[in-house]
Amino acid sequence: MFIIKHKKVFIGISVLLIILSVISIFVFGLKIGIDFKGGALSEVVYKDIRPSQSELNPVIESLNLGSVLLQPTGDLGYIIKSRDLTEAEHTSLLNALSENGKNILEEKSFNSIGPSVGRELTRKAIVAIILVSLAIICFIAFAFRKVSKPVSSWRYGFIAIVSLLHDVLIPVGIFTLFSHFKGVEIDTLFVVAVLTILGLSVSDTIVIFDRIRENLRNRVATEFSETVGTSLNQSFVRSICTSLTVILVLLSLVFFGPASTKYFALMLTFGMFFGTYSSIFLASPLLVWVEELQKNKKK
Amino acid sequence: MWKKRILALIILLLGAGIAFFVFKSEPKLNKNFENQSSFFKHHPFRLGLDLSGGSHLIYKADVSGVPAGQVSDSMNALRDVIERRVNLFGVSEPVVQIQEGGFISGNSDEKLIVDLPGVTDVEKATAMIGQTPLLEFKIERSKDEPQTLTVGKDGVAKVDLSQQYVSTELTGRYLKKAVLEFDQNTREPKVGLQFDDTGSKLFADITKNNVGKIVAIYLDGAPISTPVVREEITGGEAQISGNFTPIEAKQLVGRLNSGALPVPISLLSKQTIGASLGDNALFAGMKAAFIGFLFIALFLILWYRLPGLIAVLSLCIYVVIILTLFKLLPVTLTAAGIAGFIISLGIAVDANVLIFERLKEEMRAGRTVTDSVSTGFSRAWFSIRDSNTSSIITAIILFWFGTSLIKGFALTLGMGVLISMLSAITISRIFLYAINFVGESKIARFLFSSGLSK
Repeated sequence: MFIIKHKKVFIGISVLLIILSVISIFVFGLKIGIDFKGGALSEVVYKDIRPSQSELNPVIESLNLGSVLLQPTGDLGYIIKSRDLTEAEHTSLLNALSENGKNILEEKSFNSIGPSVGRELTRKAIVAIILVSLAIICFIAFAFRKVSKPVSSWRYGFIAIVSLLHDVLIPVGIFTLFSHFKGVEIDTLFVVAVLTILGLSVSDTIVIFDRIRENLRNRVATEFSETVGTSLNQSFVRSICTSLTVILVLLSLVFFGPASTKYFALMLTFGMFFGTYSSIFLASPLLVWVEELQKNKKK
Repeated sequence: MWKKRILALIILLLGAGIAFFVFKSEPKLNKNFENQSSFFKHHPFRLGLDLSGGSHLIYKADVSGVPAGQVSDSMNALRDVIERRVNLFGVSEPVVQIQEGGFISGNSDEKLIVDLPGVTDVEKATAMIGQTPLLEFKIERSKDEPQTLTVGKDGVAKVDLSQQYVSTELTGRYLKKAVLEFDQNTREPKVGLQFDDTGSKLFADITKNNVGKIVAIYLDGAPISTPVVREEITGGEAQISGNFTPIEAKQLVGRLNSGALPVPISLLSKQTIGASLGDNALFAGMKAAFIGFLFIALFLILWYRLPGLIAVLSLCIYVVIILTLFKLLPVTLTAAGIAGFIISLGIAVDANVLIFERLKEEMRAGRTVTDSVSTGFSRAWFSIRDSNTSSIITAIILFWFGTSLIKGFALTLGMGVLISMLSAITISRIFLYAINFVGESKIARFLFSSGLSK
């Protein structure tokens, strides 16, 4: 099997991508959205003319709302970011934006989140990430409890977790690029996307490992690497087909779906893609590599 | 053989029937919606705020003054008060929920979440929610004072009822709380009032001066109870006994408690989505679902041929089943929820693909088409189960810990994965069995093959 023969190349590609992602995360950083740190976000659309930012800034500054960020959106709209606002402050902000009601605008959405709600959500998100990870590790351990030769079952689990990290780190790394160049912020849906990738990508790895396990039992080949190769041959079409269908729907969600779930779907698309990639090109080569290392040690 | 075909036919008919229900019960699809029976009318999709437009408010309740054991009682009372006030807006299907503080949320704040579909004027909404209704205690006007009598044009004399009572200083501001009590002898329900210190003093004065007379309790200018004072009451506690049913008494308690909010609240965060934005999001979500479905159908038929067509058919049935469940349970659909549903479409195919790939292998191993179908199904089941378990685990945890936004996604995704598993192994199987009359000809083998092979 081609992939097993050149396993070090594929493992190398994955390692390179992970390193690039980690660098990107550290260099560009992740912009935390108001869901987690609190603040206000308002989107307005003017009916006729959008006043320039330099016209609006002095008026808004006089309101004492702290730093207020105006981002043009569409042809006639602004997205306004600030600290969380009381209803009175919100009203005065709208008044300032509409130049005291002279320039008619419609507020399409307004979202103000107090810092305590943000802190609570952050904590919830962390707990959820820990729990999902633990549950999936337990599930992997359970799924592979019966395999022991020639690679012991905990190594399958360990490799599944390594490829899981791979599947999450690379989309997050790509997200930091969006975050840096397009100003996309981390919101609740980002966390949901990460957790969903955890759930979806591990399943692919498990199906392939399942196949390896079955072929080991049936003794389809004498060499372990050959068994893995055969298993890959048998299952990679299925892996690609199933992720392709999910990626197809995700892409239709990215291009045609609501704006609020656009980056969420994009994030999942990357997760799905690298999840499938890793189950074929990372997890199985790693398995063979580990087995070879083990063998060499015995010699 | 015929049995299986009849079964397949029944499933098709059932699927069509459910699809008919989905269509009939949707105002946007059914032009004749207004004339439908109430069964159809009562089951449109329930849309979340981000799709219908509206306001989402989170209040913090300050329960520091409430004894530990009574926190949940006073939170329930608070919810009832707010719910009643919200109902005054005439909002359709407002949702008022308590979110308890605890370990997961990391602080002990008790929160109240208020969803107001269709309300985008937050200022007005928050003003009405935060406003305290006026609770007043009034006493009978002394008989010596003159009362104005108005004589209408038709010659009927009218006495303004409100003139019969005069206000006292005692208002809901001095009420500590009202509780539901039962008379120890007669088991008759009563409403107990507890005043604070100032209130107790005022109440003692009022009762002392009005023994045998009526002290009327007014809420927002309308009398809600007119008990007769039997004796001076000094303890700051009073009972209203009347011919209450337990339900009436309970309602009165609720209303009295709503005279003053049981605990002070402050607005923590608010979110408003304009109706146009919600409509756009809903339309985009439906469009994405439709196009996604087309992509999958095209792929399945081109790649898997006849079994692919069957997978599309069983996917259609899966779609109508899940949409019906969304309507019947009901599941509140949000943008994220629709995303979850769309992703579940992709995952639903997964089980079919697993089965078809197995089927192909069995055929390659030299089995007949019929044999391949049955072994393909039985061998694929374990993979299907294992590959879906992790998604279900994730969905459950997300549902457990999520905010309403995440819950919507977790619920649709989790339901989708679970139901698609069942639909793939039952519905696809029945259809495949029903059509295996094509036998072992070359055409049959072509139809059951996949990909680029001939």
